[in-house]
Amino acid sequence: MSNTTAAQPAKRSLGDIDLRAVAPFVALAVLFVFGAMVNPNFLGLDNLTNVVTRSAFIAIIAIGATFVISAGGLDLSVGSMAAFVAGTMILFLNTGAVAGDSGMIAAAMCLALATGALCGLANGLITTLGRIEPFIVTLGTMGIFRALTIYLAEGGSIAMKSQELRAAYRPIYFGNVLGVPIPVIVILVVAILGAFILYRTRFGRHVMAVGSNEEVARYSGISVNRVRTLTYVIQGICVAIAVLVYVPRLGAATPTTGLLWELQAITAVVIGGTALRGGVGRIWGTICGALILELVGNIMVLSDMVSEYLIGAVQGAIIIIAMLIQRSLGRR
Amino acid sequence: MSNIPLVEMENISIAFGGIRAVDDASADLHAGEVVALLGHNGAGKSTLIKILSGAYKRDGGTIKVNGEEAVINNPRDAKAYGIETIYQTLALADNVDTAANLYLGREIMTPWGTLDDVAMEAKAREVMGRLNPRFQRFKDPVKALSGGQRQSVAIARAILFNARILIMDEPTAALGPQETAQVGELIHQLKSEGIGIFLISHDIHDVLHLADRVIVMKNGRVVGTARVGDVTEDEILGMIILGKCPPGAIPGPGAISGVVLG
Ligand SMILES: Nc1ncnc2c1ncn2[C@@H]1O[C@H](COP(=O)(O)OP(=O)(O)O)[C@@H](O)[C@H]1O
Ligand SMILES: [Mg+2]
Repeated sequence: MSNTTAAQPAKRSLGDIDLRAVAPFVALAVLFVFGAMVNPNFLGLDNLTNVVTRSAFIAIIAIGATFVISAGGLDLSVGSMAAFVAGTMILFLNTGAVAGDSGMIAAAMCLALATGALCGLANGLITTLGRIEPFIVTLGTMGIFRALTIYLAEGGSIAMKSQELRAAYRPIYFGNVLGVPIPVIVILVVAILGAFILYRTRFGRHVMAVGSNEEVARYSGISVNRVRTLTYVIQGICVAIAVLVYVPRLGAATPTTGLLWELQAITAVVIGGTALRGGVGRIWGTICGALILELVGNIMVLSDMVSEYLIGAVQGAIIIIAMLIQRSLGRR
Repeated sequence: MSNIPLVEMENISIAFGGIRAVDDASADLHAGEVVALLGHNGAGKSTLIKILSGAYKRDGGTIKVNGEEAVINNPRDAKAYGIETIYQTLALADNVDTAANLYLGREIMTPWGTLDDVAMEAKAREVMGRLNPRFQRFKDPVKALSGGQRQSVAIARAILFNARILIMDEPTAALGPQETAQVGELIHQLKSEGIGIFLISHDIHDVLHLADRVIVMKNGRVVGTARVGDVTEDEILGMIILGKCPPGAIPGPGAISGVVLG
């Protein structure tokens, strides 16, 4: 193992750790200043509230991804999984199986959470029991979830039929509590829960240990497969929570639902300072990363400097640059 | 020293594919004793002790702890018998701090079911204070520590849970001379507390001055066992290199026949 790093003097490595944890927040601050210079409307409360609200899907999914990546795994299927969970949820809503709008919505939410958890469980079990690289497993399930969604939609999109149900569900995305949009509240609740699990529970400690050194974790009596599998289940549940907020926005699942969300979620995690090789997980850094991604898109739209069709390219470039920065911070 | 050994491994065998990594090997260890397990790279030392620590399942043979047959199928079983292992690779979880490493898999929890980091750190300070009073870096992830510091964390982790049998596989392989000396001090300290230690090395100079007895392996078999005072260094080298068992040693199945009487 890395006996070379062991020989490093104390001061320097301490500085590195702080730098990595702080870097995403510095980047966020810089973006704020830059945004304000580009367009005076940028700092308006409406615009900022909008940005945070729109970051909800990626932020929530990325919290799950922080668990998976901290444990040394990877989940490329989150975008397709979101589409699949949204599609099945809407199909269930359209059956009208439960009397009463709120009862129907509650039942559909439970179904979505269960579907997400099961999809995650599948990813986790195939990875651990099958001993296959998570990259390959989730690349495969990414294709499977996407195809299943398109199959269920018969090539088109799946939309909520009942207008009353749409109206009843709408506030989950568009509503607010004391002026704070509900999606923002959901981000906060999921992040607080995530941080609690990752930093304060035995399971969270084991996630870090498994990502740090699988062998050590195993010899310490930790069930490595169980820990890994559970991180994928958490990821699935986070995808489902994001879907709960996503469905009332459009009231439909389309072939483009969740497209490239895996790229954005992994980018948010990496920008946030979580190590892609595992062992370090930063929930608040991840939230910061999701905000940075959304802000960059927002500034592009407001500034007319770069065509907004290129947002995907910019986000792709960001993950590469973030990795380069992480590496250079690690080397010094 | 009591008459019943802490550990007796009898006629242990294991094969990987066609390779008999350990073949009919026996070894024993008493309380407060340091037994050096010597042999070239590939002799089967690590494999033999991994059977004792529950990392590998043996094909044949028995293990007794305190004279009674022990059931060891995984690392957890071994720990229950007070057998703790410190691996060759200075194995710690790099990204978490000293206390988290000490308690990995056996965390102290608060009454609310959350991690009790305060209690774990307090206990870590106590144990590290006993082993290595100069150690102060409790808040850093262990990857920031020096090799010697990491080794003291690994040893502290083993003794924290009242290990009675400590297995150290090449404990100084990755360390400089000063840090090696530090680990030597640690071993003396543990010995005086009545802990039995298997010390594995491919280099006799690392361990001879620490050991009470040596067991030499070659090609998966035990060449012989000797008290350190009963054989010379050259004779031990002869055991390691040639498999020749000198008169002062008790020959094992791996000794070259005919030369036993030397
Ligand atoms: N997990 C394994 N799978 C296959 N062969 C192994 C395994 N572990 C050890 N061996 C083989 O067993 C023999 C003894 O190895 P080892 O016990 O590591 O030797 P030592 O620790 O004395 O250097 C070697 O030939 C090695 O290649
Ligand atoms: Mg070895």
